[in-house]
Amino acid sequence: MKIDLNTVKKIAHLARLEFDEEGAEKMMKDMTQILDWEEQLNEINTEGVEPLTTMSSEVNVLRADKMGEHLSHERALQNAPQKDSDYFRVPKVLE
Amino acid sequence: MGSNLVLPEFEPIFGILVVKIEEMISAEIKNKYELVVGLEVHAQLLTQSKMYTADSTEFGNLPNTQISVITLGHPGTLPKVNRKAVEYAIKMGLACNSNITRTNIFARKNYFYPDLPKGYQITQDKGPICVGGEVPITLPDGTQKSIALTRIHMEEDAGKSMHLAGEVDTLVDFNRAGVPLIEIVSEPDIRSSDEAYAYLVEIKKLVRYLEICDGNMEEGSLRCDANISVRLRGAKEYGKKVEVKNMNSFRNVSRAIEHEFERQIELIEAGIEIISETRTFDATTGTTSGMRTKEDLNDYRYFPEPDLSPVIVSEEWLASIQESMPALPRELYNKFIREYGLPEYDAGVLTDSKEIALYFEELCGLIHNYKAASNWMMGPVKSYLNELTLHISDFPISPRRLAELIELIDEGKVSFSAASQKIYPILLEDKVKTPLEIAQSQNLIQESNEESIKPLVESVLAENSAKVAEYRSGKKGLMGMFMGQVMKKSQGKADPKVATKILTELLEN
Amino acid sequence: MEKFLSFDDIQKSLEIRETDCKAIVNYYLQNIQTKAHLNAFVEVYKESALEQAAKVDEKIASGKAGRLAGMVIGIKDVLVYKDHEFNASSKILKGFISQFTATAVQRLIDEDAIIIGRLNCDEFGMGSSNENSVHGKVLNAADESRVPGGSSGGSAVAVQANLCTVSLGTDTGGSVRQPAAFTGLVGIKPTYSRVSRWGLIAYASSFDTIGIFSRNIRDNALVMEIMAGPDNFDSTASRKPVPKYSELLHFDKRVKIAYLKETIESPALQKEIKENTLSILERLKEEGHEVEEVEFPLLKYVLPTYYILTTAEASSNLSRYDGVKYGFRSPNAHNLESMYKMTRSEGFGEEVKRRIMLGTFVLSASYYDAYFTKAQKVRRLIKEFTENLLNKYDYILLPTTPSTAFKFGEHSNDPVAMYLEDLFTVQASVSGVPALSLPNGKDQQGLPIGIQVMANSFKEAELYAFGSYLMELSNN
Repeated sequence: MKIDLNTVKKIAHLARLEFDEEGAEKMMKDMTQILDWEEQLNEINTEGVEPLTTMSSEVNVLRADKMGEHLSHERALQNAPQKDSDYFRVPKVLE
Repeated sequence: MGSNLVLPEFEPIFGILVVKIEEMISAEIKNKYELVVGLEVHAQLLTQSKMYTADSTEFGNLPNTQISVITLGHPGTLPKVNRKAVEYAIKMGLACNSNITRTNIFARKNYFYPDLPKGYQITQDKGPICVGGEVPITLPDGTQKSIALTRIHMEEDAGKSMHLAGEVDTLVDFNRAGVPLIEIVSEPDIRSSDEAYAYLVEIKKLVRYLEICDGNMEEGSLRCDANISVRLRGAKEYGKKVEVKNMNSFRNVSRAIEHEFERQIELIEAGIEIISETRTFDATTGTTSGMRTKEDLNDYRYFPEPDLSPVIVSEEWLASIQESMPALPRELYNKFIREYGLPEYDAGVLTDSKEIALYFEELCGLIHNYKAASNWMMGPVKSYLNELTLHISDFPISPRRLAELIELIDEGKVSFSAASQKIYPILLEDKVKTPLEIAQSQNLIQESNEESIKPLVESVLAENSAKVAEYRSGKKGLMGMFMGQVMKKSQGKADPKVATKILTELLEN
Repeated sequence: MEKFLSFDDIQKSLEIRETDCKAIVNYYLQNIQTKAHLNAFVEVYKESALEQAAKVDEKIASGKAGRLAGMVIGIKDVLVYKDHEFNASSKILKGFISQFTATAVQRLIDEDAIIIGRLNCDEFGMGSSNENSVHGKVLNAADESRVPGGSSGGSAVAVQANLCTVSLGTDTGGSVRQPAAFTGLVGIKPTYSRVSRWGLIAYASSFDTIGIFSRNIRDNALVMEIMAGPDNFDSTASRKPVPKYSELLHFDKRVKIAYLKETIESPALQKEIKENTLSILERLKEEGHEVEEVEFPLLKYVLPTYYILTTAEASSNLSRYDGVKYGFRSPNAHNLESMYKMTRSEGFGEEVKRRIMLGTFVLSASYYDAYFTKAQKVRRLIKEFTENLLNKYDYILLPTTPSTAFKFGEHSNDPVAMYLEDLFTVQASVSGVPALSLPNGKDQQGLPIGIQVMANSFKEAELYAFGSYLMELSNN
């Protein structure tokens, strides 16, 4: 699968990553190489095969509707990169 | 109505001149088009704990106090499904006659936003728990229609991001993150803003009857997005649809739809293509506007959630949920009309809220004068509740006491006015005394015995022989005076109906 | 003379009061210091380990000690421990303090194991050489110019260099077995869902498992027996009961063993490893077991299947690292979008970014069916083939790795070449079955070789027993 720079830009945006020119070029090359390698799967006939959607051997693992333990307010905010006494803080969306 | 000759106002938009007609576009033009609306409603479920974590769902607590490491998406955390939330979703499906999916898997919907802690929402993509179904609606003019549903599925709510004017940052509170939601998606069957309004009223009623959600749009426990398009009447293809968000009341949904209808028609008439986009509704102006941020259509990259095992709905489980279903508004509505012989209007008012309907049902189990019961409910009871903004569960008069009061009237023991003006108010203040006890202590028991009343009537007529003669010669209005006298002689206790009957008998002979 | 080379040694020493937990911990602390240049440990819990040791000594004295009293364990930098820092060897989690402990780790602590520190690894478990770590690379003690393997390189070297008795790693595509082979240790990947993933920093949710490094089978089996089993916090964890693995190591049957033709004939396979593997197969035949060659034409597709699915899951699992709630936030951000992009671009390493990009691509709307759905279908085929084979045969035997430990930088410019290091380990990960890597001699440069055994799901007991038997065979 040939990846172009435009695709790299779009995918990077979806993943909230950014690359400089050099980085984008390298990513483009790497992705092209790896996706080509991954495309070998097309050699296999999978007609009529159901996609595998779970690796768990359990079903109906459900929780009773009861309240559990909360994090204390301090612990909850403990790791926040930016906060005040009540909230997590992030930069605003600027248009 | 005809077209209005108004000087058009020119407004340059993207270099194209668009004629903006101040007055409403003419009815003739509007009639060429058909409005096509589908509604997506999110209902917050009334469970104790969240959808995938054991945090409390209580509303109104201090920010960031109802969260666990799972809600915050800490590394190494895993979700676990709330059984009750699944049952609530199934209940809604059963109430709407949907097909319940037996093998359920969850999916991740991936996007970035500060109030979405994991960077994905755990929802259902393929294989929603309820497929199809319908919601019956009643329009203002009484017509009934059915709005088909596409699906109902389970998902989790996001936290709250606050963008405040004085703040340089956005503030994030995760208390709400993870609260269980069901998303109810209708087919594009809605054809007017009235239908949309009626649909929302019905959804609210249903979720409240099922006790799975309190259905309050103003508080955010019910949210609605609209997908709106127009097409020429008779056309088979749908037009381009526009999504409208940010309507926080049923009324605003209605207004937004009306505005969009006109906006889209204007554009089409002007030969401009409708852009499939997301628009936001402004309640102050009643208009929609495109969301300025240049958003590529978000690719959510749905894939099956690997951290949750499938949820299988067995026949037994489904049967037990079915058994626990309450009577639904439509069922009770039909019952009140067919079994109790009530008019549609009464049935509608009485099934508006589940608690009122259940109170009424209990009342009807105690007396057979269903119409009287209905009148009391729609009249004195409702006005009392409205005046004091009370819930029927706080109504001081039990169905039993109300039934006794209605019986007293039916048996002729008290007059209607005595009942409503004297006894009823006391019943509201005193929760213990029975209506009979009050009637007796207040000396309100009517005399209905003909044998007792006859002598009184005879003495009144004897004392007023001149008036009797005048009555017999045509002055029928004197009946009121005679009645007054009889009531005076009986200290107000004579049953007016019986007194009238005897007076009439004796006067006419 | 190295001491405490097995838990058995430790227990015997403790019994005759020749040593106590404090001394054991001090011994390891000393080794850690001497071998600090190997860079296996990210953080050493010196004070708390000694405190814990004192407490366990008291419990031993009063006869109330747990089954792991005296055992000293290191845990990979992706297994969380309450009130301790964890980074997943990434800048994006610098300074992150966990608010809870992983179930697997807690169960060991509850049996009085002592946690001596956290161990270096490839960032978020992505890598086969431990060269992708914010903490720097780890050196293979067998040859310090070579990689120890990855992603659990630190966990491997910690046991290899006798810095602790046993260590915990994680195995998503071979990250315990491959380093075990490179460092001459026993390494297990249990059945998927056998051990709870609660507290394991997720890489690929339907592949991640917690594995164990040890010098011998018995230590490995004992730790697994205690760690494994149902957990209320993990909805995918198996609710099947856990056998007492450490008591089921006896082996005296005749069994049926398959080996995959394509593994032995792989052009990537180093000559000495091939010879080693064939010689063990011969030995088994001589001992009276049925050994048969089986064809597995899908072998070359296992790796691409693995990479499509794991990168997809990883791209989603790593979305939570956004600078909002915890971890690193770029100081250069000026609005929300730049905060996300700069935080993630500055916080993640190259390999992680590459996998996020690939994963995002295969999940994107236009390509989902062609890649992701296709890989899910092929996964089913591979899983069914492997399970069916393991219904007919008791075990599948194959090399653990195509080569012995390679030199640093050897695969730096070629991501696919690096991925091919996992050629023989990914089948068990894709299928979910358990697999054990055992030391099986050395190559001409003195570098350890590993032999790998797979058994059917939830047959860890059979795997350990056979592994024990194989180790005896290769020693004779």
